[in-house]
Amino acid sequence: MPAVTGKFAAASLALALIATSASTASAQKKYDTGATDTEIKIGNIMPYSGPASAYGIIGRTEAAYFKKINDEGGINGRKINFISYDDAYSPPKTVEQARKLVESDEVLLIFNSLGTPPNSAIQKYMNSKKVPQLFVATGATKWNDPQNFPWTMGWQPNYQSETQIYAKYILKEMPNAKIAVLFQNDDYGKDYLKGLKDGLGSKATNMIVAEESYETSEPTIDNHIVKLKATGADVFVNITTPKFAAQAIKKNAEIGWKPTHFLNNVSASVGSVIKPAGFENAQGIISAAYLKDTTDTQWANDAGMKAFLDFMTKYFPEGDKTDGGTIVGYGVAQTLVQVLKNCGDELTRANVMKQAASLKDFRTEVLLPGIKINTSPTDFAPISSLQLQRFKGERWELFGDVINAEAGG
Amino acid sequence: MSAVEDVVTEAPAVEAVPKRAMTLGTGTSLVVLAALLIAPVFVKNFIIFQMTMLLIYGLAVLALNILTGGSGQFSLGQSAFYAVGAYTTAVLMEHFNVNYALTLPIAGVVCFAFGFLFGQPALRLSGVYLALATFALATAMPQLLKLNFLEHWTGGVQGLVVTKPDAPFGLPMSQDMWLYYFTLVVTIAIYIFAVNLLRSRSGRAFMAIRDNEIAASAMGVDVALYKTLAFGVSAAITGIAGSLGAIAVQFVAPDSYTITLAISLFLGMVVGGVGWLPGSIVGAAFIIFVPNIAEGISKGLSGAVFGVLLFLVIYLVPHGARQVAILGQQLAGKLRKN
Repeated sequence: MPAVTGKFAAASLALALIATSASTASAQKKYDTGATDTEIKIGNIMPYSGPASAYGIIGRTEAAYFKKINDEGGINGRKINFISYDDAYSPPKTVEQARKLVESDEVLLIFNSLGTPPNSAIQKYMNSKKVPQLFVATGATKWNDPQNFPWTMGWQPNYQSETQIYAKYILKEMPNAKIAVLFQNDDYGKDYLKGLKDGLGSKATNMIVAEESYETSEPTIDNHIVKLKATGADVFVNITTPKFAAQAIKKNAEIGWKPTHFLNNVSASVGSVIKPAGFENAQGIISAAYLKDTTDTQWANDAGMKAFLDFMTKYFPEGDKTDGGTIVGYGVAQTLVQVLKNCGDELTRANVMKQAASLKDFRTEVLLPGIKINTSPTDFAPISSLQLQRFKGERWELFGDVINAEAGG
Repeated sequence: MSAVEDVVTEAPAVEAVPKRAMTLGTGTSLVVLAALLIAPVFVKNFIIFQMTMLLIYGLAVLALNILTGGSGQFSLGQSAFYAVGAYTTAVLMEHFNVNYALTLPIAGVVCFAFGFLFGQPALRLSGVYLALATFALATAMPQLLKLNFLEHWTGGVQGLVVTKPDAPFGLPMSQDMWLYYFTLVVTIAIYIFAVNLLRSRSGRAFMAIRDNEIAASAMGVDVALYKTLAFGVSAAITGIAGSLGAIAVQFVAPDSYTITLAISLFLGMVVGGVGWLPGSIVGAAFIIFVPNIAEGISKGLSGAVFGVLLFLVIYLVPHGARQVAILGQQLAGKLRKN
């Protein structure tokens, strides 16, 4: 702001103060690029096309949710202008879109950009520009690194915390277990495996009797399952994406291998994994969750779930309610709205990060009961607890307490 | 088998382009050059970045143009050469602290060797068969970059972050502007090299092979040598484009160099006009900006809108930007006469 206008504003402010001493709040108004008295500009990058286009529904849910917020009067009187671009999951395109958002559209922050490679590509840029890269849509553990990247923050529980929780459970319930692990050979699989090993600590080398990796290009993972059975393991940690998870569950039943089966949250969907694999084959499988599942009948009368379903019917009728992406988009958008509310009239980038890093026991209605969002200047992992669940009949049954696992980046 | 091959090779895959028609006149070249030199002063850093990417993709399309327009060989594997160039620069800069400018010639040499070697087996193939062989290269490359024993260098799926260079000698310009001018100098140098290459003895040999392989060998052209040489030169230029791309984007990852990139480059060449070198920049503009325009028209149907736009271009101006340029020239000629 030019100095002249600043002085003029100060003078008129003094006049205003004399006139009405009650309007002191207006003196606190502070804005960075992208925020005004009437509008907050938020950027977003999603793979609406390309190999990961199935996740595009998250961005569309968020757009619908911000429309709802705007229809209800906005945040502290300001409307959200949600600008969402397609990067087709290609990192160079992500860089182009991020720069367009920051330098051309002049957004206040970039919110929930999706995917580990795309976010890695823009992390350095966002941090050098000091523009928040808030609540990125990836479970990699590296987003929780406030020291080196104070402008980047994740949202969902990271992969390492989940397997750490399994490790805690195994150590407690089956201290003499022989563990066989099947994991996808990429950053996602390796992140999960690291969490498991960290969680088991010094006992990891003795307890893990087999580590098998598979490539996404393999048509089937049956041979890996047969190999793992032959090791005589009594615990099976299944770190696979939906298609392979269904294959593994089926193959286990076929060859009569009945270890205690831990299935990662990525593939815990009843609709896309358990049902195709056969309910009878999935009894007793243990997994972990942090969000309510729309297909789960126990939430039929839940107030939070009802609010979500009402929102979907009214603002996003063409969206698939049973798709996990819609519930993620809804939950993360609610978290952002909370952060912006907390910012009050000081809509600067620094304050956005400050408020995002000081969420205390915040809950969105779609989180499991007992799971709360907590952040601090040294903890950039908003959701770090999960609850264990066991498959029984045709749905997951939660059991035990909400378990907290802090995994650093 | 041979009958099938005959049918495929009989029809000339690429229409003969006389070598003079491959370039722009001096006057036009100077105007374009002046525009490229002055433009960055007036625009935002983001636009400068887009212009840099335009030059980089332009180089990659130019490289394909030399291969296809010059020597008549198809390639859907340019993304692989682009990836090798990008990774060479990224690894050298981040692991060995080599100056960014020095990594360019190294990437060029590495890619030349890579392309030349790949050209050897490709000699036995022509037309669609060669396209398929290069297609295999493009599909394999992202997975090769993820291999375990290379991960220490390539960073696996996580990729590598590249540091953007500052302007040297304390020049008062932003990193983006410096990189733009740096890219522009490299592009002009390569463009002049490419034009001279095609006007030289080697260039005539390329074109002789393109127009009629048997006639060319009867005239004493070493067909095998020149075909692999064309592959090598094309790969080297693509590799340099890849290096510049890695520096501009500041990040390399296997997902950046999929078959989609190879197809985009191919598309850029066709839209720009096969065998017309200045068209490379037009083609690059098409592959960078038209997807954005399509997204602006309809987010959900951006792919379909892009398809329609592409179809219109192919239908209305099948020879791409070259046709538009020729039409423009004729029009200008008529006006002058009046």
